Amino acid sequence: MHSSLWLSALIVVPLIGAVLAALVRKSEGAAYVVGLATSVVELALTVVVVVLYNNHIPGAQTFDFASRHVLSAPLGLAYDVALDGIALFLVVLAALAVLLALWGAREKNREPSFVAWMLLLTSFTIGSFVSHDVLEFFIFFELTLIPSYFIISQWGGVQRSKAALKFFIYTFTGSAPLLVGILYLGFAHQNQSLNAPLTFSYSALSATAMTHGTAVWLFVAFAIAFAVKSPIWPLHTWSPLTYAEAPTGGSIELSALLAKLGSYGLLRFAVGLFPLALVTMRPILLTLAVIGILYGSAVACVTPDLKRLVAFSSLAQMGFITLGVMSGSKIATVGAVLLMFNHGVITIGFFLLIGFIERRRGSYLVKDLVGLQGPAPVLAALFTVVMLASIGLPGLSGFVSEYLILIGTFATHAWWAVVATIGVVASALYLLWAYQRVFHGRAEGANAEIADASGAERWVMVPVVVLIVVLGVFPRPVLDRISPSVQQLVEHTAPSGVTK
Amino acid sequence: MTVTIPSVHYLAVLPVLIYFGAALALLLVTSLVRSKVTNNVATVTTVVASLAVLVVNAFQWRCVARSGPSMTVAHAIVLDDFSVIATAVIALSVLMSALVAHDWLRREGLAGVEFHILALASSAGAMLMTQANDLIVIFLGLEILSIGLYVLVAFDRRRANSTEASLKYFLLGGFASAIFAYGAALVYGATGSTNLTRVSYFLGSNVLTRPGLLYAGGGLLLVGFAFKVAAVPFHLWSPDVYEGAPTPVTGFMASIVKVGAFAALVRVLISALGTQLDTWRPILFVLIVLTTVVGASLAVVQRNAKRMLAYSSINHAGFILLGVWAGTVKGTAATLFYVMTYAPVVVATFAVVTLVGGVGDEHHSIDHYRGLARRQPWLGASLAVLLLSQLGAPLTTGFFAKFSVLAAAVDAGGTALAVIALLSAAIAAFFYLRWTLALYADDEIEANRVEVPRLTGLVIGFGVVFTIVFGIWPGPLATLAQHATVFFTP
Repeated sequence: MHSSLWLSALIVVPLIGAVLAALVRKSEGAAYVVGLATSVVELALTVVVVVLYNNHIPGAQTFDFASRHVLSAPLGLAYDVALDGIALFLVVLAALAVLLALWGAREKNREPSFVAWMLLLTSFTIGSFVSHDVLEFFIFFELTLIPSYFIISQWGGVQRSKAALKFFIYTFTGSAPLLVGILYLGFAHQNQSLNAPLTFSYSALSATAMTHGTAVWLFVAFAIAFAVKSPIWPLHTWSPLTYAEAPTGGSIELSALLAKLGSYGLLRFAVGLFPLALVTMRPILLTLAVIGILYGSAVACVTPDLKRLVAFSSLAQMGFITLGVMSGSKIATVGAVLLMFNHGVITIGFFLLIGFIERRRGSYLVKDLVGLQGPAPVLAALFTVVMLASIGLPGLSGFVSEYLILIGTFATHAWWAVVATIGVVASALYLLWAYQRVFHGRAEGANAEIADASGAERWVMVPVVVLIVVLGVFPRPVLDRISPSVQQLVEHTAPSGVTK
Repeated sequence: MTVTIPSVHYLAVLPVLIYFGAALALLLVTSLVRSKVTNNVATVTTVVASLAVLVVNAFQWRCVARSGPSMTVAHAIVLDDFSVIATAVIALSVLMSALVAHDWLRREGLAGVEFHILALASSAGAMLMTQANDLIVIFLGLEILSIGLYVLVAFDRRRANSTEASLKYFLLGGFASAIFAYGAALVYGATGSTNLTRVSYFLGSNVLTRPGLLYAGGGLLLVGFAFKVAAVPFHLWSPDVYEGAPTPVTGFMASIVKVGAFAALVRVLISALGTQLDTWRPILFVLIVLTTVVGASLAVVQRNAKRMLAYSSINHAGFILLGVWAGTVKGTAATLFYVMTYAPVVVATFAVVTLVGGVGDEHHSIDHYRGLARRQPWLGASLAVLLLSQLGAPLTTGFFAKFSVLAAAVDAGGTALAVIALLSAAIAAFFYLRWTLALYADDEIEANRVEVPRLTGLVIGFGVVFTIVFGIWPGPLATLAQHATVFFTP
């Protein structure tokens, strides 16, 4: 077992960075350097953690780096961290997202505050991923709202106030049943044994005995919060406005990273803690996931701007993730966890590129853009790579994960998989069509004069493209780290040890 | 006929005596040598008295730890950890309010000795309520608390709506007191005593075949309390009074009334009427649903900061009632914890509102806050933290306050109630956030910098540090609250 200090460092380093960024606000550009340096250190730390990670710890399932400290016994509050294969790459994604967002989508207006909020958000998000205590997870989960709120409301577009408020209220409301569900579960667990202290430890709570009815109610309470965050249709209505109005850095954090908190929570907590409810809830959530895929794809076809296009495409992609998470198949669940990472990387790429276009043209409306391929061939090429990965072209990262999800789901729930496959075709339709409208044709006026991707912009895209290609060709090291943890979870949730 | 004078354990009543003593001393001295007693002297007196009370509280705590809770003055006054903590919270609120008021009085050019006299006397009443073990003593405390406040609300005579608010508060408060007294009389009729311990003993050892009298009495007591804590539908006075009263008085009122009234409510419902849990719970259920939802919903449509905070405090009252509703030791601890963490935050919030209000205490539209955090980052950020704390955001005490009452309610079987309350918190989030949004708005209207006097700044800083430190590390306060309610036998 490795020391939990690694995980504590992952939470603390961005906090220190945030404080430093706020302190150096007087000197021009210093905050930018602090932000980049902090995120590089953070990314290096996550890579070390990935290399160190050991999934054969006796008595700890596949969790490594674990330790637990009770902070307040009457409140049941504890600092409890651990990391397994499911959360491992999401932590990497968090560090990668903040680095690329700060680097590629620099915000010059009140930069120190922006950097500080972004780093705080990273700290809180990583805190949620490494929490091994349900209450601790909830606290971090709620905390992510505050930096997101300030980032959207201060650096967003014209309707930023409305978007920020809508985002906050929607998510805050969604987490109301989650908190009550957590409390209910904690007390149910406490009351089952004499003189047991109040605890919200994940490993303790997962052993709570409950009836099928209770499990269903608790599952619903948890799933609502995560469905809002993911988003899962029909609780997605906050997301297009918020993604579109947020500044580029904020959109990256929201859709590449925070959305994963929803799907991660669904897998780890809703599925992991209430396996009894699955028999009832599985068909419902699978159906919602499929509707989300079809609905997201359909709206993405007709949406007038690029950011909303990515928002609806994300809705469809999150539908695939939900499909995999709920399928009950090990293969599909591994695919879903991988897609959480891949979709994160792809979305970072999309929003960075849209940010570049917006910086040049002051607009990301499809109708304002035409024939960009001529003046900006490199930009177009980068867009193509990201787009093809999102469509699921074999050899690129999106394909591996979608394929695993569909094939796994087909084995357990064939019809849902069949309908979901339409989404793969549809994604080709809306993305290629959008590409055609924006990049093909003859550029005139302002469109003809845009500059191609600068050196810095090309460098920012390098990690994205590398990850897309490498994970498309050689996903093995990642899958090897994800699989044991997923296997454990799926076996824990499957009735009488049936796994596919 | 011989009259036996009940023995008095002076340590138990010392906080009340200190406050009354300080008030009387100020009153006497100021009427003899008017010119010598300046605002400074009065403020120092209040501060010293509050610090003295806090020191006495430490001794009381040790006394209770050594020899257990005790009763004195013919079982009418209790000394237990619960009363010690509640008294300390009141003393702290008075201390903070006095500092804010000092700067305010200077800004407005008012002679403020009377302010301190009234505030001290009022607070003594609130302290009496936290220690009362007899309905008559509770009534006494309630009246002492209220009469001081009626005058304080009208303290700024130049403002017409200050007087109007006072009259409204006085008339409705008078009704509420009368209702409370009538309730006490009916409970006496039903049980043969006004002493809470005897009432509890009587109800525990007898079965009332015709409980109508008791129910009527208990119901009227509840109405009296609901009025004082501004629970819906007895809240109508609160927005007008909050708006009309001078802002430091509003902050003072919002903190100490809550502490006093909830401490007494817990004693009446849990200690005395604990056996009737199944009867009063449904009533509280309805009160909580109305209070949380109506408080939050009506706050959304306000444009005036003070009215908004009035509705916000109604919403908070609903949450605190949630802990009482649980009817358990855990619920009582949660109620105490909520009050402990709420009082300093609300005083600090009103301190900021006092500053922004400007000379004449007029600038209370939310538009006056536009861009405040841009012009004065520290002041704006402080208000943002205080608002987030009231919202219940993690890393502030507000989160754990809400968490503990919700936990108590869920543990007592109130899952539905907890969900409703939390949803109301989501509605409330809307107006806290809109306010925060205004603080950070770019399109600032023409506005002057807000003067931040040193003492008020100290109070605001204390509130912010308090809410963040104990929001990250709630352990000590939670343990204190739990410790203070161990002996509470429902």
